[in-house]
Amino acid sequence: MTFGQVLLVAVVAVPALGALAAALLPGDRAGRVVGTVAAGLTLLATLPLVGGEHGWFGYGPRPAVQPWHQIDLRWVPGLDLRFHLGVDGISWPLVVLTALLTLLCCAYTLWRVPPGGGSGRALVALLLVVEVGILGTFLALDLVLFFLFFEVVLLPMYAVIAGWGGADRRRAARKFALYTLFGSVLLLVGVYVVVSAAGTADLVTLTGGAGLSRGTQLAAFTLLALAFAVKSPLWPLHSWLPDAHTQAPTVGSVILAGVLLKMGTYGLIRVAVGVAPEGARWAAPVLGVLAVAAILIGGLVCLAQDDLKRLIAYSSVGHMGFVLLGVATLTATGLQAALIGNIAHGVITGLLFFLAGAVKDRAHTGSLAELSGLRETAPRLAGLLGFAAVASLGLPGLAGFWGEAFAVVAAVRRGGPLWLTLAVLAALGGALTAAYFLRLLRRVTHGRPSPAVAGLAPGLAGAELTAWVPLVLLALAVGLAPALVLSYASGPVEALLGVVP
Amino acid sequence: MSLVQPVDNLAMLPAYLAAGTAVLVLLVDLLVARPAATVAVAALGATGTAVGAALVGADGTRRTFCVGDDCSWVWGGRAALVGAVIALLTLGVLALSGPLLRAGRTPVGEYCFLLACAMTGGVVLGAAGDLITLIVALETLTLPLYVLVGLRRGSLAGAEAAVTFFVVSVVATTVTLLGAALLYAVTGTLHLDRLGATLAARDDLTGLPLTTVAVALVVAGLAFKVAAVPFHAWAPATYDGAPLPVAAYLSTASKLGGVVALLAVVQRALPGDLTGPVLAALAVLTMTVGNLVALRQRRTVRLLAWSSVAQAGYILAPLGALALTAGRTGDARAAAYAAAVAYALFFVLLELAAFAAVVALRPADGDGGTLADLRGAARRHPWVGGAFALALIGLAGLPPGLAGLFAKVTVVRALLAGHAGWLALVVALNAVIGLAYYLRVTASLYATPAGAAVVRPARTVALALGVATVAAVVIGFAPQLVLDVAAR
Repeated sequence: MTFGQVLLVAVVAVPALGALAAALLPGDRAGRVVGTVAAGLTLLATLPLVGGEHGWFGYGPRPAVQPWHQIDLRWVPGLDLRFHLGVDGISWPLVVLTALLTLLCCAYTLWRVPPGGGSGRALVALLLVVEVGILGTFLALDLVLFFLFFEVVLLPMYAVIAGWGGADRRRAARKFALYTLFGSVLLLVGVYVVVSAAGTADLVTLTGGAGLSRGTQLAAFTLLALAFAVKSPLWPLHSWLPDAHTQAPTVGSVILAGVLLKMGTYGLIRVAVGVAPEGARWAAPVLGVLAVAAILIGGLVCLAQDDLKRLIAYSSVGHMGFVLLGVATLTATGLQAALIGNIAHGVITGLLFFLAGAVKDRAHTGSLAELSGLRETAPRLAGLLGFAAVASLGLPGLAGFWGEAFAVVAAVRRGGPLWLTLAVLAALGGALTAAYFLRLLRRVTHGRPSPAVAGLAPGLAGAELTAWVPLVLLALAVGLAPALVLSYASGPVEALLGVVP
Repeated sequence: MSLVQPVDNLAMLPAYLAAGTAVLVLLVDLLVARPAATVAVAALGATGTAVGAALVGADGTRRTFCVGDDCSWVWGGRAALVGAVIALLTLGVLALSGPLLRAGRTPVGEYCFLLACAMTGGVVLGAAGDLITLIVALETLTLPLYVLVGLRRGSLAGAEAAVTFFVVSVVATTVTLLGAALLYAVTGTLHLDRLGATLAARDDLTGLPLTTVAVALVVAGLAFKVAAVPFHAWAPATYDGAPLPVAAYLSTASKLGGVVALLAVVQRALPGDLTGPVLAALAVLTMTVGNLVALRQRRTVRLLAWSSVAQAGYILAPLGALALTAGRTGDARAAAYAAAVAYALFFVLLELAAFAAVVALRPADGDGGTLADLRGAARRHPWVGGAFALALIGLAGLPPGLAGLFAKVTVVRALLAGHAGWLALVVALNAVIGLAYYLRVTASLYATPAGAAVVRPARTVALALGVATVAAVVIGFAPQLVLDVAAR
């Protein structure tokens, strides 16, 4: 095995072993520490993955997916399942983001275990299992393996919400589990529609259509896109999201919004568009219209929200709408916008949920009506909240800007009355985003301190700063130098679009 | 022509072992009269039967009781698999019966004897080459169960359950027999392969209304045994009234027997264009109704019973692909049969684990109780509760219950290979409904305990649960093992 293959296996195996160790070790504190160490090692293992053969030079026909590293082992030939992992410029930024957010969440849990009855080490173990599933999804180069990892996430996340969540957690957790299972069973059917028609589950071979008939591609794309639309989530299949995000504990919301949703958009780009390009071309207008509907409806609902976490949750619907709009254009600009939008949303919304959790833990309420004047009593927290909100509304120079601006640009460049209208509406949606985030800031940070806020201590705990600072820096870095993400993605995106008719 | 047929006794060895176990148990109970010895002999006999079944099947197919090319006893890969699995399930159920037998309300000798008799039926079933052997074997498998269901002294629920089961089952057998008789009237043969060849060769026979009626009767009769909707009504009442280990046997070994019988006639004897639509309809109805009704159950065993009705639907689903012409090509048919067998294997293992966990968590000689009785069980018994949760999640078909996930994947794959995408979608959507109640039970296992008494699981029960769970985990990571034996 080469070094890269060892790393690929380690990225999936280390959190899995860490989860086992955290669950089985005696002692709550020891379990949490071991889990956090495992998360740290995983992050360390993801970083050197970038140093492989990038292979975008040379001549002749090239496959549409060229992994930097890959490992391909036999597993279940009877089900066309191979243990085939690989990493390239589309998946690597997401892999690192996942490892980073999980590490931050584990470290945060070292400091504070959310109330709800469960032990801290069980929470850390579950977070690590979720990480295994998400990383596996991003790394899988076998369709069936992709489905398998996609499913792994479901129950641990259910347990995180149901075990450590807010007052209405059981209902929210059940809704999350049933909704997302609905998505993943469609994925199962879609995967085998492709596999039984093509005779292989290898994504490298399949990308570009692999000679699938138009009918098969349309059916496959419909099923796959529906599956990913539930996960992303795309309006009108989003209704699990606000409940799950609101009821989940802080670390659960961060993982959910930060990376779990990206499984949907990543799957849409890598699997749905890659495997059924003709289907993608056929469905693009529908996808675009739904994406813009998500942007507008998400924005309008946010304007009327009265709960901090719920508002941020609904804002995800709008942000993911921009990502999906980028994908729907099926242009290089659009896909690049989607990828950077994914990363930016992961970083910023992760930060926002951390901050919302901190506000809620301190003031014991998340209702906007009972919060005001945060900057009087807790200026640092208010400042960070302001930074995150401004980043999220897409201020140029911060991470949120690139994804949204270029999704609109891509739609304009696509041309035609439909896409121009969509671009205009999406831009309007961007203005709505600014409106509701400014409303949020006015309600929460400005004004006279409310009774709930009046007694707050101004300081921030060291653990909180440790968890937030990397995200703040990343939001700045991606905003100032989008090439951090885009330079890796441009080659794979060109190659992918090369096979879309 | 000699009137004395040569009999290949080696091919018959597994059946001899199983029947010998039954006789030996009876004798030991009579002569030694110590419950422990009786149970030990039964366990040894079941182990021996499993080993014998696997070994005889190892070196190719053996046939005996032949008339020309048609044989009534065919011991091949499928027979070896069925025989070994039924024997192992019997062993597992014996292990689960420890607390029940020690509680003293159930006569040990009779209990073990009847269980061994049922095992004999199951072992013969896999090797049956003609309709009569098949029906007799199936009846030998179920007949002892009527008594076992009602064997507890002073249990009114048990007696009621036994009567329900008896009446329904006898009617079912009669219906199957009538179907077999009509088939004989049409074709003049009872051997499965000859039936299949005759019906395939002569279109004029398949077109006869009488043939359709005969096929429908045979399939309907066997559908009773697997508790497929609309022939399922006996199952929940019977499972709930029976002692827990017997309910476990009913929903694993007995259900497997029904599936094997149905597969045998569908695969070898009956024309796919007649059975396919019926089976597709049965599968859709069975999984949907089973899952929907299970949502409303409040009693543990009833919930498991309804869920096992639904699971029977998943087992039948791959056969539904025969309804379409594209599903009747050689490859698609082979894939469909293999998928049904594989699903049945995954299912009986997980179901056994689930029942073992219920037995472990309930007081000796108790019934399944309500779901509320299981509240917080996993917090009091982390290992037993964890194994129960794993079995339930496996039945729902999700990771970490990888065995169950691969079972569902196998079915969906076979259906899409047979171009029955609509049926694959129905299976997939049913998995979502199924998760709702499996999740409810699992979540209540981890809820805050209500403060009921702590029961210490019996050692044999814990052992059975442990073995079943480890086996489920192993085949979860190496499902190819199951897929290979299922395809034989």
